[in-house]
Amino acid sequence: MHPAFSVIFLTTLIGAGQGLFLAMVTGQLYAIARFLPVQADRFYAVGSLVALILLLAGLASSFFHLGRPERAWRAAAKWRTSWLSREVIVLPIVMALVFAYGIAHWMAWTQPLFRVGESLQVDATLLLGLLGTLASFALFVCTAMIYAGVKFLQEWHTPLTVVNFTFLGAASGFMLAAAYSAYIGNPLVTFFGTWAVILTLVGLISRLAHLSRNAHLKHKSSVQTAIGVRHTAVVQKAQGATGGSFNTREFFHGRSESTAGTVRLVFLVLVFPVPILLIGAAYVTASPTLPILAFVAQYVGLMAERWSFFAEARHPQNLYYQSVA
Amino acid sequence: MTQLALVIDLNVCVGCHACVTSCKEWNTSGWAGPMVDQNPYDGSPTGTFFNRVQTFEVGVYPKTETVHFPKSCLHCEEPPCVPVCPTGASYKRPDNGVVLVDYDKCIGCKYCSWACPYGARELDEQQQVMKKCTLCIDRITDAKLSDRDRRPACVLACPTSARLFGDVHDPDSEVSIAIRERGGYQLMPEWGTKPANHYLPRRKTVMHIDQDELTRVDNPLRKEDLTTYTGEETLDDVAW
Amino acid sequence: MQDPVAYSDSLVGRVEVKETTCYMCACRCGIRVHLRDGEVRYIDGNPNHPLNKGVICAKGSSGIMKQYSPGRITQPLRRKAGAERGASEFEVISWDEAFGMLTERLAKLRAEDPKKFALFTGRDQMQALTGMFAKQFGTPNYAAHGGFCSVNMAAGLIYTIGGSFWEFGGPDLERAKLFVMIGTAEDHHSNPLKIDIAAFKRRGGRFISVNPIRTGYSAIADEWVPIKPGTDGALLLAIVNEIIKQGLYDREFLVQYTNSAELVIDDPTRDNHGLFYRAEMHIEEGCFDPQNKLWWDRELNIPISTHTPGVEPRLMGSYTLDDGTPVKPAFQLLKERVEQYTAEWAAPITGIPAETIRRLAHEMGVTARDQKIELPITWTDCWDNEHNSVTGNPVAFHAMRGMAAHSNGFQTIRALGILMTVLGTIDRPGGFRHKAPYPRPIPPCPKPPHGPEAVQPNTPLDGMPLGWPAKPEDLFVDADGEAVRIDKAFSWEYPLSVHGLMHNVITNAWRGDPYPIDTLLLFMANMAWNSSMNTSEVRKMLVDKQPNGEYKIPFLVVCDTFASETVAFADLVLPDTSYLERHDALSMLDRPISEFDGPVDAVRIPVLPPKGECKPFQDVLVELGSRLKLPAFTNADGSRKYRDYPDLIVNYETSPGSGIGFLAGWRGKSGDQFLKGEPNPRQWEMYAQNGCVFHHELPRSYQYMRNWNKGYLHWARAHGMIRYAEPIGLHLYSEVLQKFRLAAQGKWPGRQPPERLRQRVETYFDPLPFYYDPLETQVTDPRRYPLNALTQRPMAMYHSWDSQNAWLRQIHSHNYLFLNPRVGLENGFGDGDWIWVESPHGRVRCMCRFSEAVEPGTVWTWNAIGKAAGAWGLGANADESRKGFLLNHVIAEELPPSAAGDHLSNSDPITGQAAWFDVRVRVYKAAPGEEKITSPQFKPMPRLPGQEKPRGKWQAYVAGAFGKKS
Repeated sequence: MHPAFSVIFLTTLIGAGQGLFLAMVTGQLYAIARFLPVQADRFYAVGSLVALILLLAGLASSFFHLGRPERAWRAAAKWRTSWLSREVIVLPIVMALVFAYGIAHWMAWTQPLFRVGESLQVDATLLLGLLGTLASFALFVCTAMIYAGVKFLQEWHTPLTVVNFTFLGAASGFMLAAAYSAYIGNPLVTFFGTWAVILTLVGLISRLAHLSRNAHLKHKSSVQTAIGVRHTAVVQKAQGATGGSFNTREFFHGRSESTAGTVRLVFLVLVFPVPILLIGAAYVTASPTLPILAFVAQYVGLMAERWSFFAEARHPQNLYYQSVA
Repeated sequence: MTQLALVIDLNVCVGCHACVTSCKEWNTSGWAGPMVDQNPYDGSPTGTFFNRVQTFEVGVYPKTETVHFPKSCLHCEEPPCVPVCPTGASYKRPDNGVVLVDYDKCIGCKYCSWACPYGARELDEQQQVMKKCTLCIDRITDAKLSDRDRRPACVLACPTSARLFGDVHDPDSEVSIAIRERGGYQLMPEWGTKPANHYLPRRKTVMHIDQDELTRVDNPLRKEDLTTYTGEETLDDVAW
Repeated sequence: MQDPVAYSDSLVGRVEVKETTCYMCACRCGIRVHLRDGEVRYIDGNPNHPLNKGVICAKGSSGIMKQYSPGRITQPLRRKAGAERGASEFEVISWDEAFGMLTERLAKLRAEDPKKFALFTGRDQMQALTGMFAKQFGTPNYAAHGGFCSVNMAAGLIYTIGGSFWEFGGPDLERAKLFVMIGTAEDHHSNPLKIDIAAFKRRGGRFISVNPIRTGYSAIADEWVPIKPGTDGALLLAIVNEIIKQGLYDREFLVQYTNSAELVIDDPTRDNHGLFYRAEMHIEEGCFDPQNKLWWDRELNIPISTHTPGVEPRLMGSYTLDDGTPVKPAFQLLKERVEQYTAEWAAPITGIPAETIRRLAHEMGVTARDQKIELPITWTDCWDNEHNSVTGNPVAFHAMRGMAAHSNGFQTIRALGILMTVLGTIDRPGGFRHKAPYPRPIPPCPKPPHGPEAVQPNTPLDGMPLGWPAKPEDLFVDADGEAVRIDKAFSWEYPLSVHGLMHNVITNAWRGDPYPIDTLLLFMANMAWNSSMNTSEVRKMLVDKQPNGEYKIPFLVVCDTFASETVAFADLVLPDTSYLERHDALSMLDRPISEFDGPVDAVRIPVLPPKGECKPFQDVLVELGSRLKLPAFTNADGSRKYRDYPDLIVNYETSPGSGIGFLAGWRGKSGDQFLKGEPNPRQWEMYAQNGCVFHHELPRSYQYMRNWNKGYLHWARAHGMIRYAEPIGLHLYSEVLQKFRLAAQGKWPGRQPPERLRQRVETYFDPLPFYYDPLETQVTDPRRYPLNALTQRPMAMYHSWDSQNAWLRQIHSHNYLFLNPRVGLENGFGDGDWIWVESPHGRVRCMCRFSEAVEPGTVWTWNAIGKAAGAWGLGANADESRKGFLLNHVIAEELPPSAAGDHLSNSDPITGQAAWFDVRVRVYKAAPGEEKITSPQFKPMPRLPGQEKPRGKWQAYVAGAFGKKS
């Protein structure tokens, strides 16, 4: 597949936004459980604002993917069948909840609304946080299922796609939370950093599993099934156009295999070991900048990861576009 | 339910591209048009076509077969491109099974093209909406046209009549009979898309000649005196 | 969006349908042009047309993009004063100025020396008119493109069976059981053949393709027999040998309808050796074959008049006549000839296993013999025998340029004609069928002028510019036996060059050999590009000057619809119309579109007004003819005879009162006659009412065996199609060729070739087909140039015509050299690499594409996809010039100097057919640092005045409008 930068930005930006939001809510939950010191509302509010900005940037980026962005509103119509439609619905819900969560903190709407059990006082922030969490997970699923749901793209058509999107998005969000904490000198940097490392490691396992799966993937379609001729040697000569077509532009990454290999190596380094080492180093040196570097490295790595994700996928239609003559 | 479709006979397709340009010609000025061209007179010319003819080689020299392979939307009975469309722009007509795109609803997200294993959909790069074969819906439903003309442009054009058109759900239609009797098959059956369009395979006529058939009683050589005597000496002259 | 079911074209605008005839190639299908609000919206096949029956090809379906192409020329142009020729610097002039210039110049030439004016045309379909103009002008220097197209096919078969493929005849696939196609044949008669092949295959017929390459029609063959290019003759002769050896020939057919049983004088010491023994009896003079020859009676063992009722002659043996003349039946000579051509002999030459060759022979022979067709059609032959049925041997063949474009093509095609003949398939059901006006006498009656005296100032040419020599006296040579025509056609160099040698005109005119000319008028022929061999050099000749600064070809006029490469070299450019903007007559006088069942001709009628100042070339000729006061265009009182071309078409008669004109349909004052009849002033109207086509279906009894069908021949004579209602016996043995050979041997009482050409004429004018290596192969080191290089025309393009077509060029915007992967392996390059293709004459750089569908000794590419930068309205960076290439640069137009001459054309020594496919090449990888564009490159041709501006990045055509947004 041709990696579209609009989609690369969309998925990585909203992934980081969702992750950051999840980090905020996680922080709040830990504080409620008294595992962590209580933070000022402003901390959550600013965190939510950053998450919201990322979500908005992702949304903005997604418009560049559309041929007719002015009609984007129509995309909500087919939520019963289309994961894209579902994403289009869930994304604003997440943004609304993140916004509300941030506002609730900013406005300090922390008066308990009701109480659960002995000690859990539920206020608006917690309620919105939990709802937002659910919505964020739903959004991870919707976003990932856009890709995982296309059965023809066998490289994508696996639960691992959902797992990757979720863990890598969450990891980058927690990494950002760590960076954010480090930036404002908040001690939560360790907490978020640790979670980011854990999520990154889970993401590593899942992404490696995905790579290994794809390396051994047996494609259902072959040039034989594509044209219905049984023979061991079937080779395309002409595709009916010599100047290219939508089919050659949309479904091929157009780079050499070595470039694709390099990009894969880059993301494997930037997404996983580099941020982990940087966070580790930050523990030791208590540097306020290393977590920021860790996030930046991981985010750049994730863009490469998403590029690679597209480039890896071999669409069966490509069987019809192998040669020009 | 009616399911209109094409049946493409690879046994006679010579790869002349008549279906390709007759399609473009009809549709660019029709309901589904325009069919835009980019760099029409410059480097890497490219444009929207609903139908392409491709060429494949099967086997190794000298046992090579050259297969010309026309490819357009297969109007699947389970069209995977339709449910993924977020706007409902892609739809399958309930009355005749033709899969269409409503350009006014299309947002150009290209998701439907990802969900088509056949590469049958092509984005109009200027108008940024998805376009595809309509089976010439504006011809086949136009009551003002004669019966003969109420067929897709590619079918009318095809010089080898390699393109049959009809209702594959009607067991007595020309297309159903062809599929049934001439080994009609679907592309990429592994995906369960149930393409309505079918392809008919190559068929070979072989001749067997028995050695006995070569010489016959009426062999014209018998009418010739194949051993002319020109006065040279023979055993007749010297033996007794 | 509107519900498509509620949509109808007729609700969008005012819909009109106009019928005319296609011209996207030379096939001439009937089309319906659908207009919406006066603009072309759709062009489809005319379902009522006998030729295409409603179908249409890729080109025909893209006529819109030809009509609206920005490559069109719209104004008469004159090379700017002081501008160099070839720089494409022009100024717009009026038609009046253009005609003024031309009339002044041509009138002077006509008064001084008419042959200083040369008119050569491309695939124009109006040779009846252009030829008439040349004859009226008085110049012998006229021909159309046939010499570089397929003249071997026309001549080889017409000199053998009195007809040929495409317009003249073809395979009867409706009844054939076995169809054998040899070589590239996709380039002609495309839609009808596609229709027929498909129907043939559906009926279960067996289709064998013999071709170095498997593309096009060969793709759907039941069997592909790869063959080395130029060796078809070896294959055919081996097949004929096997068929004779096995007794698989049709004896009765050979005896009755061919010269097989006729006795040939067989004594090399005699001057009449190799001629038929002719009995003394009264014969009428004429161009037909008199029936004064002898058979050898099998029963009585005596010579006897041919076709004596009840007599069965010998086909074999050798005999002595009473006067002591040793004779042999022609068939015996054929048998002796082919005995050397065994399957084992042919196998290494052709690359086809001997077993396969024998099997092919058996398949043909057994099918012909055992699957006989008998139709209950009564007919009478020329000897008054009544037949209750028409029988046929259902083996059909087709071949075109693949076989023709070799320097051994004529003899190869003779071999094909003979194979078709021994199988008994000529004008019989399931075999080869003629199309009116064929069959014609062997050879047809018209003859070229006989000497330089035929060319006189201010006088029409004495004779036809083109004709069919039957003996040395028919050649067009001077007292020294040297050429009179600029292309040296009908000279001893190429005696039977019945279509001329357009491919040598520029080289000869540049060299001044046999003489310099003044004005060269080229119509629709891209001689500065794909229609010339040795293109790079020809482009230099066009701009080459005398020491005095004059161009060696002083004045070049080009008439074309598009800004072709040749237009750049013109001194005067005349903008032609598109095919949708003009009248045309596809005439019985030229090459009509007849069907097996009877004559068909057709017309074009304009559906759109001419673009800009475009003027149909026919009107240009009528205007020029009138201004020059050429007799045929002028009344007795000196006034102009014809208003314009449509007027000429209706009112012209071949001679006053002949009743024969350009169009055969709706003749006579009221339009109730056909083929012959008075001019009908409403003839165009009647064609328009009838789909622009006239089809006369012959009675069933006239549809077969026409060479010998008394009823048909008399009907044809009565309707002015042939001069003699005499039988047209098939020339299994060609006495015509033998006459030229005798002349070369010094045994002919009349004209004899110049000394240098004696051996050449003696060698190639063999009355029986023989195999020889193509001339270029004979003089090329096969180790250095191990490969044959071929071109083919893709079905979506017609030669160079379609690169200006926005739709068609997307299918083929550039081309590759196809070669077997083995060739790449041996030469160290991979699929898609940039390589050089080098012949002894030049080299081109291109990209390669591996293919398993090509014989390993052959490389090939699509013809004329490559274009010179900027030509045809394309951008200077178009794929056609950056990635496309033209193979012509490596093909020479002349052979290396030899004893026979220093400047012999690279052509068939008999017909002058351009030997495009003889070229031998080697291939090697381009160096790593080389630019990744094709070579050679030429300075981009600028846009011409009057040419439309480039249309920009986007083109969204909707019924005449561009760039409509949804």
